[in-house]
Amino acid sequence: MVDVVWLIPALPLAGFVLILLFGRRLGDPKAGYLASTMIGASFLVTVGVFADLMSKTAEERRHIATLFRWVPVGDLQVDLAFLADPLSITMCLFVTGIGTLIHLYAVGYMHGDPRFSKFFLYLNLFALSMIVLVLGENLLVTFLGWEGVGTCSYFLISFWHERDSAATAGKKAFVTNRVGDWGVMMAMFLAFQAVGTVSYGGLNAAAESGALSQSTATAIAIMLFIGACGKSAQLPLYIWLPDAMEGPTPVSALIHAATMVTAGVFLMTRVNPVIAVSAEWVTWTIAIVGCATALFAATIAVAQNDIKKVLAYSTVSQLGYMFLAVGSGAYVAAIFHMVTHAFFKALLFLGSGSVIHGMHHEQDMRKMGALRKLMPVTAMTFIIGWLAIAGVPPFAGFWSKDEILLYTFAKSPVLYVFGLVTALLTAYYMTRQVIMVFFGEARWHDHADEHGAHGDFQPHESPKIMLLPLVVLAGLSIVGGALQLPFSSDLHFLEKWLEPVIEFGEADIHGTWAYDNKYLLLGVAVLIAAIGIAASVAVYGKKKAKAIEPAILEQGWYYDKGVSAFMGGPGRKGFDAIAWFDAKVVDGAVNGVAKLVQGTAGQARKTQSGFVRQYAAALGVGVVLMLVWFVVIRGIL
Amino acid sequence: MSFPILTALVLVPAAGALAVALLSQRRPEWIKLVAILVSVFTGAMTIWLLSTFETADSGFQFVSKHAWIKPWGISWHLGVDGISLFLVVLTGVLFPLVILGTDPHHDHKRYLAWLLLLEAGMMGSFLSLDLFLFFVFFEIVLVPMYFLIGGWGYEGRVYAATKFFLYTMVGSAFMLVGIVTTAFLAKSNGVGHLTFDLVELAEKAEFATTTGRWLFFAIAIAFAIKVPMFPLHTWLPDAHTQAPTGGSVILAGVMLKLGTYGLLRFGVFLFPEAARWSRPLFLTLAVIGIIYGAIAATMQKDLKRLVAYSSVAHLGFIVLGTFAFTSQAITGATMQMINHGLSTGALFLLVGMIYERRHTRQIAELKGLQKVAPIFAAAFMVVMLSSIGVPGLNGFVGEYLILIGSFLTARWWTVVAATGVILAALYLLWAYQRVFHGEPDEANRSFPELRAKEAAVLLPFIGLIVFTGVYPKPMLDRIEPSVKALITHVSDKTGYEEPNVPEPIEVEAHEEAQP
Repeated sequence: MVDVVWLIPALPLAGFVLILLFGRRLGDPKAGYLASTMIGASFLVTVGVFADLMSKTAEERRHIATLFRWVPVGDLQVDLAFLADPLSITMCLFVTGIGTLIHLYAVGYMHGDPRFSKFFLYLNLFALSMIVLVLGENLLVTFLGWEGVGTCSYFLISFWHERDSAATAGKKAFVTNRVGDWGVMMAMFLAFQAVGTVSYGGLNAAAESGALSQSTATAIAIMLFIGACGKSAQLPLYIWLPDAMEGPTPVSALIHAATMVTAGVFLMTRVNPVIAVSAEWVTWTIAIVGCATALFAATIAVAQNDIKKVLAYSTVSQLGYMFLAVGSGAYVAAIFHMVTHAFFKALLFLGSGSVIHGMHHEQDMRKMGALRKLMPVTAMTFIIGWLAIAGVPPFAGFWSKDEILLYTFAKSPVLYVFGLVTALLTAYYMTRQVIMVFFGEARWHDHADEHGAHGDFQPHESPKIMLLPLVVLAGLSIVGGALQLPFSSDLHFLEKWLEPVIEFGEADIHGTWAYDNKYLLLGVAVLIAAIGIAASVAVYGKKKAKAIEPAILEQGWYYDKGVSAFMGGPGRKGFDAIAWFDAKVVDGAVNGVAKLVQGTAGQARKTQSGFVRQYAAALGVGVVLMLVWFVVIRGIL
Repeated sequence: MSFPILTALVLVPAAGALAVALLSQRRPEWIKLVAILVSVFTGAMTIWLLSTFETADSGFQFVSKHAWIKPWGISWHLGVDGISLFLVVLTGVLFPLVILGTDPHHDHKRYLAWLLLLEAGMMGSFLSLDLFLFFVFFEIVLVPMYFLIGGWGYEGRVYAATKFFLYTMVGSAFMLVGIVTTAFLAKSNGVGHLTFDLVELAEKAEFATTTGRWLFFAIAIAFAIKVPMFPLHTWLPDAHTQAPTGGSVILAGVMLKLGTYGLLRFGVFLFPEAARWSRPLFLTLAVIGIIYGAIAATMQKDLKRLVAYSSVAHLGFIVLGTFAFTSQAITGATMQMINHGLSTGALFLLVGMIYERRHTRQIAELKGLQKVAPIFAAAFMVVMLSSIGVPGLNGFVGEYLILIGSFLTARWWTVVAATGVILAALYLLWAYQRVFHGEPDEANRSFPELRAKEAAVLLPFIGLIVFTGVYPKPMLDRIEPSVKALITHVSDKTGYEEPNVPEPIEVEAHEEAQP
């Protein structure tokens, strides 16, 4: 089965081509079903490959499928090749699995959109790119997928391109990502120069064998991290992700929560041996950036009123946790949290989409409330997602977040404290969201006329095709923690599965204070979640305290505004200055010379007859004189 | 002796030009037919050339050599190698597409005659292996382009055409001096007799260091103007903007490549020492061109001018690769000459189609075209992504090879140059947003969708853009041997050694080939 790993990307590719050719004829909803079938089939193949790898010994779980030689020049020989190993197949499983659910959901969500089939065209292209990204056998193939998902993200964010905000957000995402892509390119160049290849196998082997010097490893790791910061929306490059919410909600769930934005974490995990041999400050940088992003974004999420913006900042924050894990050498925990986060964040986004759908495209939580009775399934599943992200046991997010915090404590108690504060805020703002949307009083009566409703306006539950994915994801959000339970090493399924990939880079925390007191830390985490929830209930549910939502948090610490102001102000002025310089100085000099010649020629024109023949003659004489100079005076002949 | 295919590639379009010129003005359909037939036939010959080209052979193939002006050692010496092969093919493919796809609106006869003469000149330039012969073709090319811009261009065409002509002529003057001096000096410096033969001069001439550098600069300045390299680029935006669509496509598609190709063939190959010595200068100007061109492009208000400035940036990459002296970089540069021809050629066609419909090139006057013409927008998008350098499309492969190769010998230049890919995304996406996104206003609401004929012209471009991006190997396999030979030539002459990278560590895996 592992031999057909190429089918995993080939199926969505086929879907893309078919919809490209026949999409308009298929239309709504057949194009959606076609796309869903393709990605679903891809999921089934992935399951098959997974089962096949499981049946082998740990050492044999590494299969390379080479399609053809892609870029061969001299010493640079890059194949278009796929690597099926525990890490890539784990990624593929949730990319195609959640991808299928979201495709199905989108059939309902996008129903009636005039560009229905085009949406699925992009969605299948995205799935293809994401699969190529994770299955890549070398950095270049990963980069193909990396830029591919970026491009699809651009298409899908600006899907409703008539809206200026959507068009701008798409462009912003692409350009910001390109800043990170610069880093990935540099890393590839460094790798090629240092080890003669851009394949992960060769690069990691060089790191493990000591052939890769520490300084080069440091440079490669930092450059890849810059790329990861772009794609995974970390400080200072996170600014595109909140804006990306302009895209249709299934896109937010699939691309901007579950899959694409985790690519940076994946990339870091893929090259964990390189990070392991790089200078110590690299891991500190990764951990601190991750931790800072987690806390920073969580503070912003506290004061957002757009249902999707809360989730967007929450995603940035949770991705920060994953980088904190990477920086702490907790690769298993990073992947673990990536998977559980994919479950519950996809669930939350789809749930919010269901709410938006039911509310006739209203996204402001201040105009919601008490929706649990009108949208029971959405409410129930959303609440499960909330419990998972808030860190309530036994839901999935609790276990993965706890594992990260455990490793963080072992690395640095200070970072651990920041991680805990983030956890507290997470529980707080998510509870706030659930209360504002599903509990309290119904505030949408006042705004009924805004929805074009005559008389009263009644939010409604979404169609079954949208609810089914919610239910499945809710189930996964409940049991997802079973992948890796802390109680016994027999329950570390994910760790054992990933071991061949991460054993070199994974930190060993056995014997640390944190490890010996892990149940204490577990208890602290539960307590923190409880405090966060209780505080939020007191403020938003029982109204016992006034909400603290200062403008500075609502405005995201004015960071994004500052960047935009700089780009639109001094940045643009600088660009304008260069354009002016080009027109006036560089070209001015050219025209100046021309004028000068013209002026001088004006004086000398009396000797000129205006006959071409005479000029030709003069040219001839000139050449002859030149020859004479060479031949007679310099004596060359 | 086998059929002189290369001579035919020059003479067929030239004969076509003559035939068109002689045909009666009153039979326009005949004129068009002759032009189409001639250009398609020439294109077919280049395809045949491509298919019979010996892949692994690094030397010149299909060589045709006849004495022309014997006492001066000037000969009709044509040949093609991996570096010129695809430029010849691109020339062969672009011209029929331009003739089919653009409409000069008046005076078809002279327009087509000039175009065909231009094709003959381009072919001759890319095929010449004789300095003097090359110079003749290099100059021939100027005349039709001058008349095409001046005769069929837009409002500022006279200024643009004159500027283009004079600017290039300044370079040509230097080049002529350089060429003649080279030949005469070479006679007493290793060659032994007077000859303008490129191969012979490159192999045998041994110039004193300073002499070689002077000669190199005399010749290189003509090419630097042609590329154009910063700060000699300002003729380009004017020429591009004012030229008729067909002229712009040819100008960007193949004519600018005379500069980059010339730098390789008549700069690096002929004066390896001087080229090596002047590396820092060229690398620096190339990197400035990349960043500066991109920034200037960002701020343009005229869509065609924007594309023109993007050419300055793209050509900067090619010069960077040329002067990096590694096989990846020079192969990438050679490939990028073709890629730029495809993507920018197609962009000019698309901008031309916009002008045909809206009679404006001003970005501010266009809006929301994607809503009314989604297929047109999609075509523009693919071409634009190629120009941005998105992997999977052709532009990326060339850019990547240039950068990874340059990184080995010119690390810090490359670090800066690579930021150009960020800027490329910025100026193109911003332009795209303003032109295609948003709600179309009154003037743009009736923007016609892509027509079948237009689609037929664009399809070959898009097909090649995708194919080359996914499977560049056939192209690289043909370019690389000649590039390797060129680097070996530089090594022999200057003692330069191409840097080696370590042998990669092989990792055991269960590997097997897949379909």
